Amino acid sequence: LKSCLLLDDSRVVRKVTRRILEGLGFEVSEAADEAEAARAWDTAKPDLVMVEWRLPGADSAGVLRGLRALPGADQTRIVVCSGETGIWRIREALEAGADEYIMKPFDGAIVAGKLASLGLAA
Amino acid sequence: MIPYADRTFVASLCRGWAGLSTDPAKAYWMESRLAPLARREGFESPAAVIDALRRGGDARLGWATVEAMAAPGPAFFHDRPVLERVVGEILPALACARGAEPIRVWIAGCGVGQEVYSLAMLLAQSPTLAARVELCATDLSARNIERAQAGVFSQFEVQQGLPARMLVGFFDNRGGEFEISQRLRTMVTWRRVNLAEGQIGMGPFDLVLCRTSLAQLTDEGRAAAMTNLRHALARHGRLITNGNDTRDDGQAAVDRASRVAA
Repeated sequence: LKSCLLLDDSRVVRKVTRRILEGLGFEVSEAADEAEAARAWDTAKPDLVMVEWRLPGADSAGVLRGLRALPGADQTRIVVCSGETGIWRIREALEAGADEYIMKPFDGAIVAGKLASLGLAA
Repeated sequence: MIPYADRTFVASLCRGWAGLSTDPAKAYWMESRLAPLARREGFESPAAVIDALRRGGDARLGWATVEAMAAPGPAFFHDRPVLERVVGEILPALACARGAEPIRVWIAGCGVGQEVYSLAMLLAQSPTLAARVELCATDLSARNIERAQAGVFSQFEVQQGLPARMLVGFFDNRGGEFEISQRLRTMVTWRRVNLAEGQIGMGPFDLVLCRTSLAQLTDEGRAAAMTNLRHALARHGRLITNGNDTRDDGQAAVDRASRVAA
């Protein structure tokens, strides 16, 4: 079973995304902030991290670089999921280490397509 | 809901005018395709559009109806291995064989443009080859051609098959939508073409791609379209069709297609 860590401050978004990912065969863990994400990471290194690009009080690019610096993260696919749709913001996320970017709102088909293109078909 | 008799009327219009196969049993689907047209044309419902057509409404309204029933065309990078093989192998080989001549490519049934723009994006990464290639894209629907030419796509469309790196490389924000770069738009010429008509006067082309439209045609429509596609081929030109669209292996799809080539 492939594993995914969801990092988003919105419980509702985590719930919706969890349902989509579980439908695609992922084992899902959740984190509401960076500290929780780091703790979850220590428990089990995920194959995929899906992270909101605008976490309250956090520097977006810094969060991505922090994730990339975690032990073994070079093997992990990082997908930013955000309501942010500005091209320059998307470029910034890719430059800071994201492998893919999904704009909200999204549906199961969009997530499945993006993950398949990253070789993460579960 | 559109009455069954009206649905069979639309189906026969589609069959007669464009060789399009439409299933009158799919009521919801037809409703969803005709409702925007009815609104745009100032009718109170799709049934009212059909009523006007039955009373001998103008040909323009008839065409708008038929065109609304045509499939929207493939998503960005649909069946990507085929596109990669076109840009990585087939076009370079044609470039060698054709000396200094331009290489002319026809994308038949381009929908709102995702397929031809996907090719253009791959080509843009090989500028020397791109400079030799002329892309011509056609569709049955004049409205699709207009949209394709404008190159503006919804958030939903740019998340289907288009990698984020390609999005930031080739698109800009435009209101809530995304506009493909001028550079890519100028790589393509556009024309409305009904593949089921005789004597469409296309060609000659070195490469013809018709990967999704054939599947939506009646047997008669498909035969007419195949004749048109073959006649448009230059000497030693290649035709890629992928009617049933079940393969994800580009190699096999292209090889099978090359057997069809004249």
